[in-house]
Amino acid sequence: MSELFDNFWVMLVVKLGAVVTVVLVLALVVIYLELKISAHMQSRIGPYYAGGRWGWAQPFADALKFLQKEDLVPADADRPIFKLAPVVSLMGTFAVIVILPFSPSLIARDLDLGIFYVLAAGSIGTLGVLMAGWASANKYSLIGGLRAAAQLIAYELPLVLAVVGVVIQAGTLSMVGIVEAQAQPVFHIGDVGIPLPYLVQGQVIGFVIFMTAMLAELSRTPFDLPIAESELVMGYLTEYSGIRFTMFFLAEYAGMFALSAVAATLFLGGYHVPGLDADVFGPLVLIAKTMVLVFLVIWFRWTWPRVREDQLQGFAWKWLVPASLANIAVTAILKVAL
Amino acid sequence: MRGIPGIGLLKGMWVTLRNLFTKPKTVFYPEEKEILVARARGVIALDPEACTVCMLCARECPDWCIYIEGHKEEQPPKKPGGRPRSRATLDRFDIDYALCMYCGICVEVCPFDALFWSPEYEYSEHRISDMLHPKERLADWLKTVPDPPPLEQ
Repeated sequence: MSELFDNFWVMLVVKLGAVVTVVLVLALVVIYLELKISAHMQSRIGPYYAGGRWGWAQPFADALKFLQKEDLVPADADRPIFKLAPVVSLMGTFAVIVILPFSPSLIARDLDLGIFYVLAAGSIGTLGVLMAGWASANKYSLIGGLRAAAQLIAYELPLVLAVVGVVIQAGTLSMVGIVEAQAQPVFHIGDVGIPLPYLVQGQVIGFVIFMTAMLAELSRTPFDLPIAESELVMGYLTEYSGIRFTMFFLAEYAGMFALSAVAATLFLGGYHVPGLDADVFGPLVLIAKTMVLVFLVIWFRWTWPRVREDQLQGFAWKWLVPASLANIAVTAILKVAL
Repeated sequence: MRGIPGIGLLKGMWVTLRNLFTKPKTVFYPEEKEILVARARGVIALDPEACTVCMLCARECPDWCIYIEGHKEEQPPKKPGGRPRSRATLDRFDIDYALCMYCGICVEVCPFDALFWSPEYEYSEHRISDMLHPKERLADWLKTVPDPPPLEQ
């Protein structure tokens, strides 16, 4: 049995299967959470009848409905690019899940360049959005796609710079390494070492910048200009239907989970909680921390209005980039001084 | 408090959070029914006896959804030797609820109190032509009209 699992190709298939399952299940869970939380925030009940109790089967029913719809391609569309765009978008999310450490050993691949790889792979998703906008032969789609591109350029920078602070403190780019660095005791009370996550160890500004840039990367409210229902119909999604729309939909929600999990790993200590065995409870701890951040993202969406394009760009270049540069400088000085 | 930048964002989040933990206002319609307010505007009822075919309602209706037809009937003189009177009789009084916008102007203008608001609202149909309620059906709604509130002393 172990020989079988030593085979590279067998292991690859197993890991790919696991990643795909995790992405789909988590995306459905996050979609359900969004439906329910948004409903209650608006004094509604939300899904109620599907599945018998609390409407738990609503995301499955929605997915089934979408799969039955006709897969339309507009006559003037750039067919290969139009068809490839949702796949590219979903691939970006799958690629991020690969690197998430659910426990010290439960990780599809622990790269030395971990967080760098996350940032690189995560931005592929926006390429999918740009492809969709370009290939749809629709003015709404095109504006949506170009807005997504402008947003990506503006917010990728603070996202990367916010991560640098954590990397300086941890001294490694590996995701497992960053979690292990947060598991080290910072100070001692008697004989008990107290480890602190980086959020408490002075990366507050980094965390805020990361969350803000993350919202923009995911094009969630208040930065949902690429979709902007009130101006652009459905932005780059306007011409999509059926399974391709489902793929974009899943990519959005799985991406929400994936980036929240990255934020939880970088700033909240990932799978590590003092007193719990990370090998056993690691996945649960990480998912719990991630769900807190996912709730925060959903909460933002159902409270805040959308920003204007100039406000979006101004906020990124005038506030987030300088703040993250200052954050890096201060972190580096303190790292050397202490 | 007002001067702090971004305080409005936090206030908004507090509102949505409070809503998240309060009981939803949803009424499970077919199983539960809403308690209607007094004088709810559900459907318009007609008292055919009171109608004098004056056509005021049909002319004031912004949607032109009221159809009235009538004719004059010769009445025998009340006293011997008197003049025969003519009396308007109602032949047709239809309200097309597919067009009606429930403004209530017809009820408002009726000089002989022939039209009333009833709180009944469950009269949806599968075909749009069935939304045209003829005189008999409008007269049926009259049974559901609540008594007017008592006069102030």
